[in-house]
Amino acid sequence: MAFSALRVLKEGLTGNSGWTPHWRDPAPKDEYDVVIIGGGGHGLATAYYLAKDHGITNVAVLEKGWIGGGNVGRNTTIVRANYMMPGNSEFYSHSLKLWEGLEQDLNYNVMHSQRGQITLFNSDGARDAAMRRANAVINQGDDAELLSVGQLKKTLPYLDYDQTRFPIYGGMLYRRAGTARHDAVAWGLARGADRRGVDIIQNCEVTGIDTQGGVVQGVQTSRGPIRAKKVAIVVAGRSAQVAAMAGMRLPIESHVLQAFVTEGLKPCIDHVVSYGMLGHFYISQSDKGGLVFGGNLDGYASYAARGNLPMAEHVCEAAMTLMPMIGRAKMLRSWGGIMDMSSDGSPIIDKTHIDGLYFNGGWCYGGFKAIPASGNCYAHLIAQDRPHPAGAGFRLDRFATGRGLMDEEGTGSQHNLH
Amino acid sequence: MKIPCPLCGARDSREFSYLGHAGLLDRPAPDAGDAAWDDYLHNRDNPAGVTEDLWSHDYGCAAWVVVTRNTATHGILSSRLAKDGAA
Repeated sequence: MAFSALRVLKEGLTGNSGWTPHWRDPAPKDEYDVVIIGGGGHGLATAYYLAKDHGITNVAVLEKGWIGGGNVGRNTTIVRANYMMPGNSEFYSHSLKLWEGLEQDLNYNVMHSQRGQITLFNSDGARDAAMRRANAVINQGDDAELLSVGQLKKTLPYLDYDQTRFPIYGGMLYRRAGTARHDAVAWGLARGADRRGVDIIQNCEVTGIDTQGGVVQGVQTSRGPIRAKKVAIVVAGRSAQVAAMAGMRLPIESHVLQAFVTEGLKPCIDHVVSYGMLGHFYISQSDKGGLVFGGNLDGYASYAARGNLPMAEHVCEAAMTLMPMIGRAKMLRSWGGIMDMSSDGSPIIDKTHIDGLYFNGGWCYGGFKAIPASGNCYAHLIAQDRPHPAGAGFRLDRFATGRGLMDEEGTGSQHNLH
Repeated sequence: MKIPCPLCGARDSREFSYLGHAGLLDRPAPDAGDAAWDDYLHNRDNPAGVTEDLWSHDYGCAAWVVVTRNTATHGILSSRLAKDGAA
């Protein structure tokens, strides 16, 4: 069933009775060419691009919960490509280009809104760092513009510019950055993969990975064993547990990142705004009207999917310092996500020590924007057994060798510094 | 979250800074080889459940504390001074 304006009009006039489920609910087959463990955004994108770009359609996506119920439905939906390090830079640029064609490609409205992101800075040093990053972004073929305080006051009139503690020196505008509707991204990719023949199997937890003589044979699941020529792990947040089934220890520590949303308000924040001060704060307004905002990790290993009050307090302090008007809004809810923190703060897309077993993870707190390119590059690796050029830097052995480490923040490859 | 410091008693987690898994106390020998050092520096068991990790009581007695806690619930089970070594 294809979506079109005509179809929406027709359904609107006939009681919306003609819509059908967006994807099938198949029982798992005994064998597939590729089994993807994890039906999050990255897993669904991988299945979609395997089918679309490589013609591999005998594929199952195994999801232990339901589509849209994991990190893909729990993030703050920001899409941007302002990375600096070789490896990251070309990858996120590739991802942004895929985002820009995604809705047409999927025939699905993912509400991708390139409303622009403005990164504020509060000191001369921070301005230098922002300009260095902007120049890297321009060199990668994307765009960035420096905004003076005068320009900012016209664009973001609601900020407190005269504060003494963190005065605003200016901002960097990334016009092509923005947000997308996170659930719709999962649904659109699931529908796109399903239409090309991929089986999306929900409520199917993988409990073991079968190998023989160093070659993958398939997986054990809560819905029985499934044989597979290739098995692809992509289970952000639970990477350690699934990789352990294959005897792997990963350079990943799972942390909690909190997010917050207010009651729905009339449109007031037109961009994604981020603020450095002595920590981190970022905010955007959803199309439903809620102000969606967050800050840094709580800073300790956690799978609780909820955070503690000190970081909640810090984020709210930052919000009040930056835009005092936010104090009039009521907080609707807050939650925590489980972040795969790699030791250099960048992801992994690579083969493993087992033939036919692939690993994708370590997306830290930035996985949402990476969804199209992660799926695109992972599908390329699985189909062709060699990395896609845009994702070739995400090697698993970079930690051991020290070659090609991507520490965006310049803090080195150490777990507690990202 | 309150962290029980063996010297100071239960204190707000804001008094502490977090380093990581207590396996960091088992430092390989200088000549243990690249694989052992890579494993020590980067790889983690990363359990979803009971773990031991290192917290420094920066805004208290400055002791390094090994805290046994549950990463799935944030429940804290026990603590001891890191200088007393492994349990």
